[in-house]
Amino acid sequence: MAFDSLTDFFEMGRHGVYVWSVYGFSVVSLIFITWSTLSRRRHVQKTLRKRFQRDETI
Amino acid sequence: MNWAWFHKLGSPKWFFHCSRPWALPLFIVGCVSLVVGLIWGLAFAPEDYQQGNSFRIIYIHVPVAMLAQSCYLALGVSGLVYLVWQMKIAPTFIKAVAPIGAVMALMALVSGAIWGKPTWGTWWVWDARLTSVLMLFLLYMGIIALQNSLTDLLLANKAVAVLSVVGLLNLPIIKYSVEWWNTLHQGATFTLTEKPAMPVEMWLPLLFSTIGLYCLVAGLALWRMQTEILAREHRSHWVKEEVMKHGL
Repeated sequence: MAFDSLTDFFEMGRHGVYVWSVYGFSVVSLIFITWSTLSRRRHVQKTLRKRFQRDETI
Repeated sequence: MNWAWFHKLGSPKWFFHCSRPWALPLFIVGCVSLVVGLIWGLAFAPEDYQQGNSFRIIYIHVPVAMLAQSCYLALGVSGLVYLVWQMKIAPTFIKAVAPIGAVMALMALVSGAIWGKPTWGTWWVWDARLTSVLMLFLLYMGIIALQNSLTDLLLANKAVAVLSVVGLLNLPIIKYSVEWWNTLHQGATFTLTEKPAMPVEMWLPLLFSTIGLYCLVAGLALWRMQTEILAREHRSHWVKEEVMKHGL
């Protein structure tokens, strides 16, 4: 560990605000792009399945 | 030379089946490697003697900036491939990857601005590197907007491919901006040919986070392409079989 204590780790010698906000923003961005990928995947699958089922009943 | 693989690659069906087992493993390996690299960089890498702890932003800033440019290079190349060979898979790729590239470029800009404050004393300067990366982000947004505004699929394919190719011009500007013009931004931290100027315990976490992010993005890109292929090819018999039998 490069830090002596947990407080040190969070404060990062007065650079904590910058470092943690970058990491926070990045995690949120990555979660967003993953979520949008998977939700579109689910949506297309559902729509197609419904359409194919309807076609079969006709 | 046997070009059969090239023609096969253009077939959405072939691509769908071949790429399918790769998306999830790539995504998982990418997440693990990224998390390892980031925790290592945040907690265990030594402090920089000049920048203190703010240098830890490098473990995000460099990988996302590399990805933002790599994604665009891939976009431009597939635009070219589409315009020359009309390969069907190329526009699918552009549509799938443009939003990922946009997010990467935005992350590069935001992390760079937040790093700039404690290091340069300013969030933003209109110099060559920062402005050309902003251009990259706007190019991605332009591609996404163009894609969404054209309802005629063939027209959209073509227009988006042309814009992607034209935007390639911006890449050498980004790369050489730090050499051609005076800028606050430093030169490349890493090159393929030279030994890094950092000690190993500083650059090894960066290697993990960079490779991790590449794998993660590759996994996401494959998922998005597969989704797009199903949506575009929904009239084909194999799509029906696929969706009814396995789901996604």
